[in-house]
Formats: sequence, C-alpha cells, structure tokens
Amino acid sequence: MEVDREDGRSQNQLRPLACSSNILHRAHGSASWSQGDTKVLAAVYGPKAGTKKNENPEKACIEVIWKPKTGQIGKLEKEYEMILKRTLQSICILTVNPNTTTSVIIQVVNDDGALLPSAINAACMALVDAGIPMRHLAVSICCCVARSGLVILDPTKLEEQNMKAFAYLVFPNSVHSVLPEGSLSVQGEPIENGIITSVTHGVMSVDDYFYCLEQGRAASTKLSDFLRRNLQQQSTDSSKAG
Amino acid sequence: MGLPNASGDLSTEVEVDAFRRLFPLRFFEKHLLESIRPDARPLGRARDTTIALGAVASANGSALAKIGSTTMLAAIKMEVMAPSMETPDEGCIAIDFHMPPICSPIVRPGRPAEAAPVVAKQLSDTILSSGMINLKELSLVSGKAAWMAYLDIYCLDADGALFDAALLAAVAAFSHLEIPVVSLNDDGKIVLSEEQGLSEREPVNKEKRKVNLGSIPFSLTCILHKNYILTDPTAEEESIMETSVTVVLDSSSQLVSLYKPGGAVLAYTSAIQDCIALTRQRVKELQKILEEAISGMEVD
Repeated sequence: MEVDREDGRSQNQLRPLACSSNILHRAHGSASWSQGDTKVLAAVYGPKAGTKKNENPEKACIEVIWKPKTGQIGKLEKEYEMILKRTLQSICILTVNPNTTTSVIIQVVNDDGALLPSAINAACMALVDAGIPMRHLAVSICCCVARSGLVILDPTKLEEQNMKAFAYLVFPNSVHSVLPEGSLSVQGEPIENGIITSVTHGVMSVDDYFYCLEQGRAASTKLSDFLRRNLQQQSTDSSKAG
Repeated sequence: MGLPNASGDLSTEVEVDAFRRLFPLRFFEKHLLESIRPDARPLGRARDTTIALGAVASANGSALAKIGSTTMLAAIKMEVMAPSMETPDEGCIAIDFHMPPICSPIVRPGRPAEAAPVVAKQLSDTILSSGMINLKELSLVSGKAAWMAYLDIYCLDADGALFDAALLAAVAAFSHLEIPVVSLNDDGKIVLSEEQGLSEREPVNKEKRKVNLGSIPFSLTCILHKNYILTDPTAEEESIMETSVTVVLDSSSQLVSLYKPGGAVLAYTSAIQDCIALTRQRVKELQKILEEAISGMEVD
C-alpha cells in the first residue's frame, strides 16, 4: 500500500534536517532546527538565581516562552509551553543547581508541519549548547495516520490537516554503551523505547497508535544518529578554534 | 489513622500528619508497597463519580459532574449566528474552561492557573475531533443562520483529574442540551418563539429537540510511578508524582487522545497497554453512570 506524498518522499522518509548552534551571541545557548520548511529558533538563558513563586526551591526550574510567527499568544501557545516545559524537566538533572531558573525561548520562524517536534529538538540542542546538565536528549518525531491506516512520518502542514490523526512522540536518544546489551533494559525493553511525551490529535484505533510508536522509534534512532554526528562535529570544531 | 502497616511504636502514629507533609513521597510509597493508597482505594480504582443534569436552570443544557472531590459545572447557551463562508451549513461550538479562585488555594485573581488554558485547549480538541456532535445538525438556514453553542465549564473544586471531570461534565451537558424553538420573523431574522401560535410564520424547528450524540469520548488519567500505575489521582498525588498519562477512548474503543506531557518516568509499551485497558473499564463505568443520570431526568 503506497501513499503518494506531494514531495515524493516515501512513507518513512524524513525531510532534510539542518541544525546549527551558538547562533545568538547574547544567549547562553542557542540553536536553530529545520525539518524541510519548518524552522524553529531556540535560545536558553540560565541558570539564573531564584525560582518562581509556586515552584519547588529544592530543584532547578525551567521556564518556557513560546513566540508564534504571527498573531497573539493564545491557548495553543500556552499548551505548547506546558508540554515543552514538562518534557525538558524530565530530561534535565534538576538537582544539580537548585533554586535556579533556566529560561527557554522558542521562536517559530516558519511552520510547515511537525512544529512541536521541531521545537523540542531545537530546545534540546540549545540546552546542550548552554551546558545545562541533562540525563539524555529528547528526540521528537511526528507520525500521521492516513485514512487507509498507513503511518507516514514527518508530515508537511497540508498532510497534517488532511490526515485522519497524528501523534507527536518524544523518545530518549539511542544509547551507545560499553555495557552488555541486557543490562540497560527496563521490563525487557531497551531504554530508548520509553515514551517521554505523547500528544495525539484526531481519532485513531489503538493498533494504529502502537504502529505509530514502532515507526516513531525507528525514526528516532536515525534522528539520534544525526544529533550525535552534529554534536561531535561541533565539539571538534570548537576544540580546533581553542 | 488507618495506616495498613502501623509499625507499632507510638511515635510514628502520633506524627503521621507531619510525616505526610515532610516526606510525602515516602508516605505514599509505604502505601504503594501494600497496593493501596492513603484514601484506602486500590491502585486501579477511580473515585466515586456522580453526574447531576440540569444544574443551571437558565442554560439550554447543563450538568454538574463530581469525581471524588473534583467538581465541574458545565453549561451550554445557544445563540444564532451567521455561519462562516467555508462551511455554510455547519454550526459552531466554542469551549472555554475557567478555574476561578474558589477551586484551589494556588489560584488568585491576579495569578491565573497555568492549567486552565491547557485543559481548555485539550477539551476543545477532544470534543471536536471525537465527532460527538455533528456540526451540520446545528445548522438552521443554510448559509444564513446556524447555532453557536457556547460551552463554559467552571471548576468549583480542583482535586486532581481536572480533564476527566471536565470532559464528563461537558458530555453530560450535551446529552442534556435541548435546542430551543425558533422561527423566522418578518425581517427575515430568526427569533426565539416562546409560545405556540404567536409567530407569523412556521417555526424553523417544530419542537425543542435533543442533539444526536455520536460516539461519546470518556477519559481516564493515570499516574506512573516506578512500576505502579495509579488511576484517578488526587491533587496531592499529582503534585508528588508528576508523570501522568491521560487516555481518551470513545464508545467504539477508538483512541481519541493519548496525552503524556513529559514526566520523569518513561512509558513503555506494557504501561501504555495497561493504561488503555484501565480506561476501557472506566468507559463502561462512566457510560452506565451517564445513562442512569439521563434516564433519571426523563422520568421527571
């Protein structure tokens, strides 16, 4: 069962990824992430002293500000801020710098589908650039379910609107370890199969969702490799400059 | 105090409340080891749920839903408006969720709750994408007039599982909704016709009718903590163990939404399958409760 996608991609093919970091000079960490035409800019300022009133002072706090490309800030932006905040809180080691606030600002440059996953990827790269201590990275992907039950990855905005349902999935990045294979698995599954965040939109069957999870996991391995190469290259570049 | 494994020495018995405040996680974990929670519920049981229809007499449809202490009041008002150009024969539903200061000590007039716009958007997405209401049913005169339903949900007591209670209240309000009778007057405008025989022309819809509900969505929020899955958390449990998964299933077991916004615990396939199975059971319970509430109203 083949699905004809407008840009000629196959069902599991991602759009061309591009990522660059340390692009903003005043920010402590910054990154720009683009998947095809969707482009997001992320900046990290922190850790700064003090936490907000309702937050726990024994842990570091993460604050997210989402700036849309056009228009006023509404419920959609507030929802994205909350999802991003909780995702980043689960990957950062919050006990290292207690009673501090780290601000993550997301600026949408262009929205052509899979906006929230691009923002999560950009925010992770910016946090790495700022040197915030993290357990692992969050790798995020969007999966769409077509009416025929086929799952396609990384849709454009037109595809997102025409599909029956879509899911934004965030997984931890793949692990390269010197330890033997069985020791890092939880409940018989490797760590990178666990879901950090899942947001679905539209009605799909439970089996469709599990199929999305499988495809998402396979794609997150490819994304993890891309991130690894990118970060390794940056660290060798900066060591040459120094 | 009801601690199932009271260790016997008086000093811990006297300070249970202090222990609960000072070491909340350890307090809960002591209970979880015995597969029970501080309010004596087993891990997989939700709190007592009640629905009262027709709570707001001036609204076209309303309901008060309580899950444990979490209380939500939903009311629907209908207004006639011109439909948009792209969808001339469809009505519109506007959903808003409010958390007034009465519901929780952390909400003050100058400090709105962070959760309010997020739950409002989630509710909006769930109700509109589940296909419960066919918007074409809300049309009056194609291209000229259609119904706009304003659904407002007020949280009166926020004690965890806000989305579950709000969705239940919204669904109950829609099942209680009666579309009022209207007719065209001389100017070609739609007016409410209060009594029979007063209007000059035929009423557009003959009698107050109920909306046909398609597949109704029901939800269940679960908290993941280590290997435990706790269903229907209270506010205290939600603040201590932060990883929550909300599953929304409709009456034909289709997945309307699976919402897990971050959280320190990763959800593996087995945990997701358990959450979905727990939600299926909960859907049956909630369907029964809703049907009893509706049939209770009809007897009157």
